[in-house]
Amino acid sequence: MYNFDFERPSSLADAIVALAQEDSQALAGGQTLIPTLKNRLANPAKLVSLMAIDDLQGVAVGDGVVCVKAATTHVAAAAGAAGSFPALAELAGNIGDPAVRNRGTVGGSLANNDPSACYPAAALATGATIVTNLREISADEFFTGMFGTALGDGEIITEVRFPVPDAANYQKFEQPASRFALVGVFVARFGDRARVAVTGASEDGVFRWVEAESALFGNFTKASLDGLELSPEGLIGDIHGSAEYRAHLTKIMAGRAVAAC
Amino acid sequence: MPKDFGVGASTKRREDVRFLTGNGQYTDDMNVHGQAHVHFVRSEVANGVLKSVDTSAAAAMAGVVRVFTGADFEGVGGLPCGWQITDRHGEPMKEPAHPVLAQGKVRHVGDPIAAVVAETAAQARDAAEAVSCEIEEQPAVTDMKAALGGGALVHDEIGSNLCYDWGFVEENREAVEEAIRGAHHVTTLELTNNRLIPNAMEPRVAIGDYNPSTDESTLYTTSQNPHVIRLLMGAFVLGLPEHKLRVVAPDVGGGFGSKIFHYAEEALCTFAARQLKRAVKWTASRSESFITDAHGRDHVTKIELALDKDGNFLAIRTETCANMGAYLSTFSTSVPTWLHGTLMAGNYKTPLIYVNVKAVFTNTVPVDAYRGAGRPEATFQLERVIDKAARELNMNPIELRRRNFIGADEFPYSTPVAVQYDTGNYQATMDKLVDIADIDGFSGRAESSAARGKLRGLGVNCYIEACGIAPSNLVGQLGARAGLYESATVRVNATGSVTVMTGSHSHGQGHETTFPQVVADMLGIEEGQVNIQHGDTANTPMGMGTYGSRSIAVGGAAMVRATEKIISKAKKIAAHLLEAPEGDIEFKDGSFAVAGTDKSVAWGDVCLAAYVPHNYPLEELEPGLEETAFYDPANFTFPAGAYACEVEVDPETGKVDICSFAAADDFGNVINPMIVDGQVHGGIAQGIGQALLEHATYDDNGQLLAGSYMDYAMPRADDVPSLVVDHSCQTPCTHNPLGVKGCGEAGAIGSPPAVVNAVIDALERGGHSVGHIDMPVSPSRVWAAING
Repeated sequence: MYNFDFERPSSLADAIVALAQEDSQALAGGQTLIPTLKNRLANPAKLVSLMAIDDLQGVAVGDGVVCVKAATTHVAAAAGAAGSFPALAELAGNIGDPAVRNRGTVGGSLANNDPSACYPAAALATGATIVTNLREISADEFFTGMFGTALGDGEIITEVRFPVPDAANYQKFEQPASRFALVGVFVARFGDRARVAVTGASEDGVFRWVEAESALFGNFTKASLDGLELSPEGLIGDIHGSAEYRAHLTKIMAGRAVAAC
Repeated sequence: MPKDFGVGASTKRREDVRFLTGNGQYTDDMNVHGQAHVHFVRSEVANGVLKSVDTSAAAAMAGVVRVFTGADFEGVGGLPCGWQITDRHGEPMKEPAHPVLAQGKVRHVGDPIAAVVAETAAQARDAAEAVSCEIEEQPAVTDMKAALGGGALVHDEIGSNLCYDWGFVEENREAVEEAIRGAHHVTTLELTNNRLIPNAMEPRVAIGDYNPSTDESTLYTTSQNPHVIRLLMGAFVLGLPEHKLRVVAPDVGGGFGSKIFHYAEEALCTFAARQLKRAVKWTASRSESFITDAHGRDHVTKIELALDKDGNFLAIRTETCANMGAYLSTFSTSVPTWLHGTLMAGNYKTPLIYVNVKAVFTNTVPVDAYRGAGRPEATFQLERVIDKAARELNMNPIELRRRNFIGADEFPYSTPVAVQYDTGNYQATMDKLVDIADIDGFSGRAESSAARGKLRGLGVNCYIEACGIAPSNLVGQLGARAGLYESATVRVNATGSVTVMTGSHSHGQGHETTFPQVVADMLGIEEGQVNIQHGDTANTPMGMGTYGSRSIAVGGAAMVRATEKIISKAKKIAAHLLEAPEGDIEFKDGSFAVAGTDKSVAWGDVCLAAYVPHNYPLEELEPGLEETAFYDPANFTFPAGAYACEVEVDPETGKVDICSFAAADDFGNVINPMIVDGQVHGGIAQGIGQALLEHATYDDNGQLLAGSYMDYAMPRADDVPSLVVDHSCQTPCTHNPLGVKGCGEAGAIGSPPAVVNAVIDALERGGHSVGHIDMPVSPSRVWAAING
């Protein structure tokens, strides 16, 4: 780790000011950033912790939406969403291990957009709205490729509004070492419509499997996916599984998610 | 009935009090006044010519004390290999130089190039980034076939990447060929024994210290064998005589073999401390451990098993390529040869065996002994090929094994691969296994799995290992450059308590609990009256340390011999105190009595008399009560057993879940059943890790792809089922005084084939004719095998 300055503002306004300085870096739960710093792969002049800002903490439920404030830990999100959106609670409650879940945050996960992270699948499948200090961004616009997002410099996620589906389920097939998603599929049904978001599989990060969504339209059964094949083109191939394997797993996990809804 | 104390009791581990309350003293907990810190500059390429190293910018940075490079070690020896192998043609193995810091070439990612010593660890790390290395990168070779087939050279001066081509028993070569050619059936299996990274919980640490006023060096290090390090580093690398060099290995957080070896960092810290006249400390990061701790396994093997029409084994031939990595680590050369070839008979009567091993240099981290060391590689191929033969011959795999077992009445049994098993009863351990694993209930469980869409499989195998390493005479003939005895000093204190100084080293094994159980039993005193000291060359007799499941079998035996000497002398003192002939003195339950009388004297009174010799036969007997013994075993010990694993395979994803695992082991006599259980549990967890999860994968450029826990999969609690462990089948070792065989490696040796046999069984029962899947049997590999 290189030396850096550290600020822990208690208001969003102060955080915005701190992050406007050159080479400042926001720090939420630090579950990716801290290991990166320890390996000297990043060298920010200043870290600005968002964890002492009360306005960024908590889960609010109402009007068919679960609103998770950006610096809410996975543990707190799992508890807050358990009654109203069990599939989201289950996803949050199965990220990493207890240490990760007590530090990692929804805002940190979405802003990092790790191609194998769980939360992006929930955000994309539900058509969530990512709210920042500047604007509201739809999930369809937010994710722009592996580790890429629509966030501008110094822009801070403040909350994520997840529309609560009529039915939803997340199926994660874990990479054996990291236990990130080798493939994770979040399926959400709103009336006749289904949205299917896939994480872990693509070199472009989380994506919607639109063919599966079409197949499930009006006929939300596992059997509707039977004739589908996902092309391995553009999928990740690594020591844990080939692109073909990930394509296959995507279909299996999607089917299991639909069946579990 | 279970005993409450002494040999056979499950005494709780006394050392755990300090380990579990944060009061352990590990090497990194130690800090020497005035110490500086070192950070190593390491090669980021796997093969290259080191054209120049510019340290000027680093040397000028804040806090930097000195920057060492290979040039500083030109007058210093290289890291030695401790075992010379003679090849099939009578030629010695190729033994290239292994410099402390790279000289002229770098040969693997992680090869140390420079060492920056600074006031703080952070300053050393900062300055290390300023060391400029000009390296002309060359193509790397990581695959052994490519390495032997004219690929890049790891050591130019050798002219090839072949370290040795070993044949064993070479005289059997033709006879084995004939037997295979004429056999009713030959089963052939090609497989890989996957490369593993040891991953001890505690990374390696070294602190070199130097006292200019006495010219004495001290090395504090994470070692399984401080005396071995003192000898290797002192005599071969730095030229320091033993009386001026002390090596201390305090609490050590796991080794699994990786802390046997003498590493460059130890020599560097000791050397630098002498140069700088101040202590120098190095603590490995976890990332550094991945690319510097000696790796394990990494064999590519073809095995053939010839059988007659009734399933009797006729001959075994095995051809293995063993990866040595870039340099010969301390015991690397012995692992695929004497620790592997001599176990190819397994538990079976096979009249003819031939083992060929080619040891190969590649641009990877050196490979050396890792829990089991050669024996897991032998067991895996043998037990896999037997399973395959049973399938091909449509025989029950348990019955095929039983048919070929060495009979309980055939011991001592000399195998065709040069070892003599002293005792064993393989039918008995198999009977026990069939019982504790409820083999008969398998089909019912398989139906229940099928109802849930899962394929259930049952895998069974046996294993035998040569432990208690080893008779010095024998290993000397085989090329070992060291003796393999063990030592103990038993010091009885004036008030009757006892301190045992042992050359064995505990880094998780529980010696501080089990060794006192033995001594307390012999002396008839409380276990709490006995303390163990180990890990410091300054206060323990020269010993060879702990590996190869040798602590109780060799170190424990030395301790017994020393304690026998104590009893013998104490009897003389008692005879004097009781005014009786020595021959009439009986020692029992801590009391010396004159046979046939009610006259006796207590242990404590005899001890006091030895140190306060007012009424004492000083003309005939020295005062004091302290004895040392060195024990060199007459033979290896041969623990053996039978293991069973049941798995469920998800045919849609290829994921394997272990449903149950049972182990029936014969360790001979057992000192502490709870600790033995724990050793087997840990070994099986490591074996499951090898079978399903762990793989040190390199890419073609020699970069370690599985270089962190994000990609190197260690077994976690939920990967391991609740284990059924039994060691009630006991055929005591015939040649050591405790009748013990050792239990440290059994689990890691015996479990991988059980797991893989179970997976193959599940798939075959499910109609997928896959034959074999290499370890780790990951979901993606299973899926690929199912889908052809």
